[in-house]
Amino acid sequence: MLTDILLILLKIVAVVLLFAMPIGSLMTLLGDRKQSSMIQNRVGPNRARLSIIPGLGRLPLVGIPHFLADGLKMIFKEDAIPDGADRTWHNIVPAMALFPAIVMWAVIPFHDHYCTGEIVVQNYRDICVEGQTRNFFSIANLDAGLLYVFAISGVSVYGAAIAGWASNAKYSLIGGLRSSAQMISYEVSMALSVAGAILIYGTLNLNEMVVQQGHLIGGWLPMWGIVVQPLAFFIFLGAMMAETKRAPFDMPEGESEIVAGYFTEFSSMKFAVIQLSEYVATVFVGALIATIFLGGWQVPYLYGDGFHFGNTPTAALELPYWAVIALRIGAFSFKTIFILWLQFMLRWTLPRFRYDQVMNLGWKIFLPLSLANLVITAFVVAIL
Amino acid sequence: MIDHIAILIIFIFASILGATVVALSVFFGPKNPNRWKKTVYESGSEPFGDSRLKLDIKFYMIAISFIMFDVEAVFLIPWAVVAKKYGLYGFAVAFVFITILAIGLVYEWGRGGLEWD
Repeated sequence: MLTDILLILLKIVAVVLLFAMPIGSLMTLLGDRKQSSMIQNRVGPNRARLSIIPGLGRLPLVGIPHFLADGLKMIFKEDAIPDGADRTWHNIVPAMALFPAIVMWAVIPFHDHYCTGEIVVQNYRDICVEGQTRNFFSIANLDAGLLYVFAISGVSVYGAAIAGWASNAKYSLIGGLRSSAQMISYEVSMALSVAGAILIYGTLNLNEMVVQQGHLIGGWLPMWGIVVQPLAFFIFLGAMMAETKRAPFDMPEGESEIVAGYFTEFSSMKFAVIQLSEYVATVFVGALIATIFLGGWQVPYLYGDGFHFGNTPTAALELPYWAVIALRIGAFSFKTIFILWLQFMLRWTLPRFRYDQVMNLGWKIFLPLSLANLVITAFVVAIL
Repeated sequence: MIDHIAILIIFIFASILGATVVALSVFFGPKNPNRWKKTVYESGSEPFGDSRLKLDIKFYMIAISFIMFDVEAVFLIPWAVVAKKYGLYGFAVAFVFITILAIGLVYEWGRGGLEWD
């Protein structure tokens, strides 16, 4: 029991502090500043230096010292709370925003369960014989994994809404209202578009979904979510981007209209925490889309004992188990970062929507399309 | 069981992490407020009136529509998990359900419930 709890703590530290947070905060630098500067034909951050480390004192290091300096600087800034603000909620809200962004990571599988025995591949599945399976690569293997994600993403509305209300400022209130209305609008099409994928896999367990995506259609085409549910992929990507208030959907914090939206009146580390939670949520979108639609940790044709081309019992190219695990975790990270890169490219390519356009897109385009997608998928599954 | 304990542990972990990071700036940051720091930012003009304004009715409309369609999703997701077992009969039953809700969406759309100026 104690070793189990220690293992859980180890997994949480590894996933949250060594995967989600570093990628999230590095993306603030590389995605949001360096990439935007390239797109806008600027140099971007290049002044800060790591002069305490000998040998690196003169190198700009693509601006990475800036991100270290920014994080450190925020700690030593004054925490200003405006008059009339609700001090209790003003203090609690940054933690409330960070909470859902972190706990959502609990169900993301980074690899299949570890097998202590030998692996036999049957019908595109790894079957563990003469051994036990241990859950080393996801924090919790919940059967209701996807429902858990929806539940927690529903909770994340509160962070923005209460932040807007607690500040006692007009810009904040408008930002909070806009963000809560936008998030609940897109939650509907998010849940309904992914229902088609649930229909095909017949499970809510994210790891089981990924295992089923190892199936090859006709012996050569991997049955990834994007292959069987292409429309749902695009609706889900759009809805999730609106959920995280990123990219063309950043109405709640539209700089040119309402300053910074619901976190206008937040300063110092509180501001940094709200920003960080947004970036961690963006990384989570990448991980979730990779899991449901891009095959998660699956590498095409790679199974537990090596590469199989077609439904064969023996591997065409055998690989040791550790190499398979390393390849699969690498593939999962690559897919996550690819979706992140796509989100940042969209952010700097498309202009911001008007608010009525955001609402029309959610209710009049995404919702009917995802309903139609669900009906057609259900019909095809029923007659097959 | 161990998976649910894991969820509990990550809840505690996330709460502690959030509280610690927010507390950092409270301990290390300077404390010298003045009148101008304590006013809210309204693009330079003096703030006037109460900031907790009356809300537009449209936000309530969105919230009500959300409840309707989110409950729909709550009913459809368990059906989607087991739909393969029930074949065409299961599809027909769900189709009736989805049709009724689609009529609701069309009605709301027609009455202007989804219009945003």
